[in-house]
Amino acid sequence: MIERTQAPDFKQVENIELVKADNYTLDNGIKLFAINAGTQDLVRVELIFKNVNWNINKPLQAYAANTMLVEGTSKLSALQLAEEIDYYGAFLQTDYNYDQSSVTLYTLTKHLGATLPVIKQIISDSVFPEDELETFKRNQKQKLSVNLEKNDFLSRRAFNRALFGDSIYGFSSVAADYDKLHRDQLVEYFNLAYRPNNCSIVVSGKVDEATISLINGYFGKNWDKGVDITPNSFTLPIRTGAEHYHEREGALQSAIRIGQVSISRNHPDFAALQVLNTVLGGYFGSRLMANIREDKGYTYGIGSALVSMQNTGYFFIASEVGAQVCTSAVAEIQKEVTTLRTELIPAEELALVKNYMLGSFLGGLENAFSHADKFKNIYFSGLGYDYYENYITTVKTITSEKLLELANFYLNFDSFEKIIVGKK
Amino acid sequence: MVDFNRFVLSNGLKVLVHEDFTTPMAVVNVLYDVGARDEDPEKTGFAHLFEHLMFGGSVNIPSYDEPLQRVGGENNAFTSNDITNYYITLPASNLETAFWLESDRMLSLAFSEKSLEVQRNVVCEEFKQRYLNQPYGDVWLKLRPLAYKEHPYRWATIGKELSHIEDATMEDVKGFFSKHYNPSNAILVVGGSVYTDQVKELAEKWFGSIPSGEKPIRDLPQESKQTEARREIIKADVPLNAIYMAFHMPARTESGYYECDLISDILSRGNASRLYLSLIKDQKLFSEINAYITSSSDPGLFVIEGKLTAGISPETGEEAIWKELEVLKTTVVPDRELTKVKNKVESTMVFAEMSLLDKAMNLAFFELLGNAGDFNTETQKYLLVTQANIQQRAQEIFTKENSSTLLYLSN
Repeated sequence: MIERTQAPDFKQVENIELVKADNYTLDNGIKLFAINAGTQDLVRVELIFKNVNWNINKPLQAYAANTMLVEGTSKLSALQLAEEIDYYGAFLQTDYNYDQSSVTLYTLTKHLGATLPVIKQIISDSVFPEDELETFKRNQKQKLSVNLEKNDFLSRRAFNRALFGDSIYGFSSVAADYDKLHRDQLVEYFNLAYRPNNCSIVVSGKVDEATISLINGYFGKNWDKGVDITPNSFTLPIRTGAEHYHEREGALQSAIRIGQVSISRNHPDFAALQVLNTVLGGYFGSRLMANIREDKGYTYGIGSALVSMQNTGYFFIASEVGAQVCTSAVAEIQKEVTTLRTELIPAEELALVKNYMLGSFLGGLENAFSHADKFKNIYFSGLGYDYYENYITTVKTITSEKLLELANFYLNFDSFEKIIVGKK
Repeated sequence: MVDFNRFVLSNGLKVLVHEDFTTPMAVVNVLYDVGARDEDPEKTGFAHLFEHLMFGGSVNIPSYDEPLQRVGGENNAFTSNDITNYYITLPASNLETAFWLESDRMLSLAFSEKSLEVQRNVVCEEFKQRYLNQPYGDVWLKLRPLAYKEHPYRWATIGKELSHIEDATMEDVKGFFSKHYNPSNAILVVGGSVYTDQVKELAEKWFGSIPSGEKPIRDLPQESKQTEARREIIKADVPLNAIYMAFHMPARTESGYYECDLISDILSRGNASRLYLSLIKDQKLFSEINAYITSSSDPGLFVIEGKLTAGISPETGEEAIWKELEVLKTTVVPDRELTKVKNKVESTMVFAEMSLLDKAMNLAFFELLGNAGDFNTETQKYLLVTQANIQQRAQEIFTKENSSTLLYLSN
């Protein structure tokens, strides 16, 4: 008979190897980073542009310009652009976040030569046709009207606003912002931001010298450098931890979002604070999940996270809970945060979290794309690969005493902004 | 190409191994051949509730998640109308922990009252979060019973109503476990940095002694052919009017499935697709429109859903959709357009091979359908579809008699 009550022996993860990026400089000075890994003949090419010249009076220009890159160039219509990419089984994606706007191509390596010229047109010759812009505005307003019915969506907006005010991080659009959006704003932004001097390229997958030289051929020349740009800068509102309650008639659940401005990746405490966050709400077995879902059954899910951005970072706890237990859920959240400040994390729990985080880190290095994502995390925070060495060492060695200290410094429930949308 | 080895234990448990030494991780995927379609019509949502209870401790191990996290592993599960699938990702050096945990909960659960009570609440909150407290969230609770009158696909995996979950008893839980959760009703796939011999040894050691149980015989009421158009109108506090149209289509294992999948791509995959171009860009009748299939084991649904532009009547929108379907029925799809959607399928399959977990899940699912090896010839089946097949299939399914239309209107 086998002993089923006894757990098999196990090992803590020891070797974690990252596939590091190779650095290249294109003929016009663009920095290109290549992650060569994997066995499938495919490649991902990301062109990444920093968001610049934030202006609260034209809040949608960067987002709209990014989304509408695929809506036509001086030579190809939106339909022709899509046809060119789709025919080769490739995928073209535009992404906009708080810090960056990007254009990403996924393709089988054999079709790279056919699809790159289309991407070159898009980032150097988009024309933003007036009628496509009208369609975009109409559809976006419709989508927004649906999202405004979702508690979770509303709580995110209120939270960002409370933490980040009028900055690009705090802004939330309303329908009127779309009405104010004009073609000249998109053209203006396109001419500023989509330029070689504001561009980095990350290539991952099966990447060889031929791939690099192909990319250099398209993006390393014949692309106007552009004019000077102004990096986005920030003045954040000072907050003291207010409760923001947005009541919604008939809500069955309430969306809760609680947190505050915190540190970003390049702060020396960031890795340690991630360990603390994991204990609180960063994995399925976390204290928030164990208490509020698995013991009380108040919610389908609850979690917390530490988010790093270019200019700052923030910490938040989020959940959607039954309306009738909303007040109790908030009280339990407060209790869990306070416990981290008053009681040492038991050795066994900390050991579990450490092992979990190391395994999870290892599992997160699945393929060339994930290694590229790891590179972007450090590169755009101005860090090198020693960041990950430090991260792993911190996870392995941090003590409960140090975490108690960090909790007292970084996690104070009274100074958190508390957003509740629904019923309480 | 996803290589694998296969063996069967004496208790009937099928085991597949996919060796992939490009990763230091291992995946352990257990598929149980039970889904919402196997539920009692008076106790719907049970397969999914049961999935939650599988994490509430097993006969010899009080906590499932904790020991797994302790060795650096993560896990999750999902329930569909057809299957229940559990998966673990962990460092390959700790593979045995996954065998220990998975085998013990296949052997028997702890059947804790507290776990049942809490998970009933958790699932009720999930029901609210996903289906009741969202604009248009309850569409599938309405559309399924409109399209299916006999087959158990007429209810969603979450269940028909909250009360079915609230009323679940421990007796139900035990009965469901002994009927469906046994080796002869499961497929185990182990992938990653593992050797077949090592997996064989571990499988024998941990699963070999679990009593085989009896493979339940599935005898579901099949849906009779629909003979007249169905229609329902819902009014709710939503900002936009929406249209949902469902058509019966072939099962996952039939050739018609591939035709339908390609038709849905022709209609709405990407910015050069027909519905997007015609209804959103040119005619500006919709702000969003999508065509997709339910990919179910028994005959499924081809669905078209769209949100109407303010000021456009549902009749106008509906008519415009039908007009596009008529084009598919009366005109041969151009060769280049069909090649385009096939190329997209082909490259999607190559990209999917980058994920170890996706590979393991697919092997399990294709083994359930008949043979895991079919996963590797899946692309071929799409490539075989001809222009004439597309037209014939469109003629067959896009008829009024085969349609169920749900208008979801703003109050």
